[in-house]
Amino acid sequence: MRELPYIAAIEEAIRQEMDRDESVLLFGQNIATTENDPFLAAFGHDRVRVTPISETAEIGMAVGAALAGYRPVVELYMAEFMLVAMDQIVNEAPRFRYMSGGQVKVPVVLKAGYGFTAGWAGQHTGSIYGMFMGVPGLKIALPATAADAKGLMATAIRDDNPVVFFHHYLLTLAPGEVPEGEYLVPFGQASIVRPGSDVTIVATGWMVGRAVAAAERLAGEGVSAEVIDPRTLAPLDTDTIIESVSRTGHLVLVDQATRHASASAVIAAEVADAGFGYLKAPIRQVTALDTPVPYSKPMEEYVLPDEDKIVDAVRRVLSPVSVT
Amino acid sequence: MPAPITPNDGPPRAPAAAAGPAVALHLLATMWRIRLFEEEVSRQQRAGLVRGLVHLSVGQEAVAAGVCPLLRAGDLVYTGHRGHGHAIAKGVPMDRLLAELMGRADGVCRGLGGSMHVVDVEHGLMGATGVVAGNLPLAVGSALAARLRGQDQVTAVFFGDGAVQAGYFHESVNLATLWRLPVVFVCENNGFAEFTPRSAHTVVERVSDVVAPYGLTRETVDGNDVLAVRDAASALAAAAGAGPALLECLTHRLRGHYEGDPQKYREAISQAEWQEKDPIAVLRRRGLASGWFTEEETLTAERTAAEAVAGAVRFASASAFPPADLMEQLVYAPAEAP
Repeated sequence: MRELPYIAAIEEAIRQEMDRDESVLLFGQNIATTENDPFLAAFGHDRVRVTPISETAEIGMAVGAALAGYRPVVELYMAEFMLVAMDQIVNEAPRFRYMSGGQVKVPVVLKAGYGFTAGWAGQHTGSIYGMFMGVPGLKIALPATAADAKGLMATAIRDDNPVVFFHHYLLTLAPGEVPEGEYLVPFGQASIVRPGSDVTIVATGWMVGRAVAAAERLAGEGVSAEVIDPRTLAPLDTDTIIESVSRTGHLVLVDQATRHASASAVIAAEVADAGFGYLKAPIRQVTALDTPVPYSKPMEEYVLPDEDKIVDAVRRVLSPVSVT
Repeated sequence: MPAPITPNDGPPRAPAAAAGPAVALHLLATMWRIRLFEEEVSRQQRAGLVRGLVHLSVGQEAVAAGVCPLLRAGDLVYTGHRGHGHAIAKGVPMDRLLAELMGRADGVCRGLGGSMHVVDVEHGLMGATGVVAGNLPLAVGSALAARLRGQDQVTAVFFGDGAVQAGYFHESVNLATLWRLPVVFVCENNGFAEFTPRSAHTVVERVSDVVAPYGLTRETVDGNDVLAVRDAASALAAAAGAGPALLECLTHRLRGHYEGDPQKYREAISQAEWQEKDPIAVLRRRGLASGWFTEEETLTAERTAAEAVAGAVRFASASAFPPADLMEQLVYAPAEAP
């Protein structure tokens, strides 16, 4: 199978969906800066539109077009820019179908990158997907591989509900085997990235790779770690996670978000609720410290989870005294 | 790169025919229906059968009646929290609207939306939003969809003067003018944004002056004169193929911002002034003087409207509440099977 970088896999999905369905549109600030842009050349000025720096109207307009029968994909570049338009993303798009008694649907995809720890500092680095969990009517996709990036984007575009699609900036050039042609990854299906038997590690985005690296290191110490990637946070596949914990009895959650805004906090609560009997030790979370992401490189590294912190958490969860 | 403009190659619409007896009587009847419906909603709210926040449009009937009926069947409307009048004028059945306000299963939104979120796709009412100005970009998106389809379809969006200071407004007007989209922005300027006057919100008195730099077609009319509203709206809707337009209607909100608002912030309008401004009285005087209808016909219009409202009350009161399992089914649209 051919390899594609993560970013190219996402673009391939958008391109294939735009080929397949004329109602798919693409909006974004700077989405096409020259006439040679491949999307513009392929689909024309009607379907590929540059928007001004007006996130609220940009997204609201996309929601309105979705209500009127189109399927817009809005490129927002940075997760934090979504914050400008929270009314549209949380209060309008996901609630319209319900409030209308089911008369309408809002098939819009909001795409944004996150988590780039490269000195982009406090307002361009956040892992804020937690803000969108628990919003009824909204779906959240969070791919960690190139194949999943393609498959989740295609599914997102075909889904008749509003979808927030977060892609991790550190994964942008990460290559992976990506199926050619139509490829769809269903929402609500976690992936067991690395099978294991001693401990379950759940991680998202860039953290999946860190968790796998930690698992390899732990294997050298005789610990068999199972790594799970939920792939979508809404719908969230808690069944796979709980089934894993039923075998391993130990759970470590890894999340680049701050503690109370993390997906890991939600997963921990679900496992404590429905899987308590399987646990042989408390659940441990490895999240970012509760600070804005600092600019200075050593500080940036200090606040975020890494392989060492994951290994340390697993050791603590498996140690005999961890129950105290 | 220049901003993309998708031209509308179709022929411009003809403006609506000038008002004569039939149109005038129809407009009177529409305004009576809105007036009596709103007064009934107020009664039902005090009786505890309509819950939550309701924002009535008594005094502003001429804007709804002047704009909505002249839109074509395929045209779309977005409104806001003060939207009952627009809904009725657009053709949403009063019985299903009242059932919605009472939270019943036969409501247009099956009881799940309520006063601020009325949607009736069948009649072209695409939505109402509870966040001021949140409906503006939705209308822009709707207009874009019409343009992409090459349809001769206009989207009208209603909002108050309070919405004009929201970032939403400027962003939406900017986008609509940039892409030359067929949106008619209809501003009901009643001089108040909730509980404070326009002068507390902005230095620009006229909404039509706010949008001057965008170069969009705009007009300010006496919003209490339904015929003036209708004429202006007709011209603007006809020209909407070439780009967006703004119609500012100067009007008066007789009741409080919401039902229950003690209105300590303004003097009650004098009876004499209200007689001058009441859109129903304005049309009555004009119609009688012009010989468009008789006194008897105006009373019939009022009575017929009252009967229709009474029928709506019976219908809504008899409707059951929605079942609990309905809620879970409607949170998500079924995802398309891959």
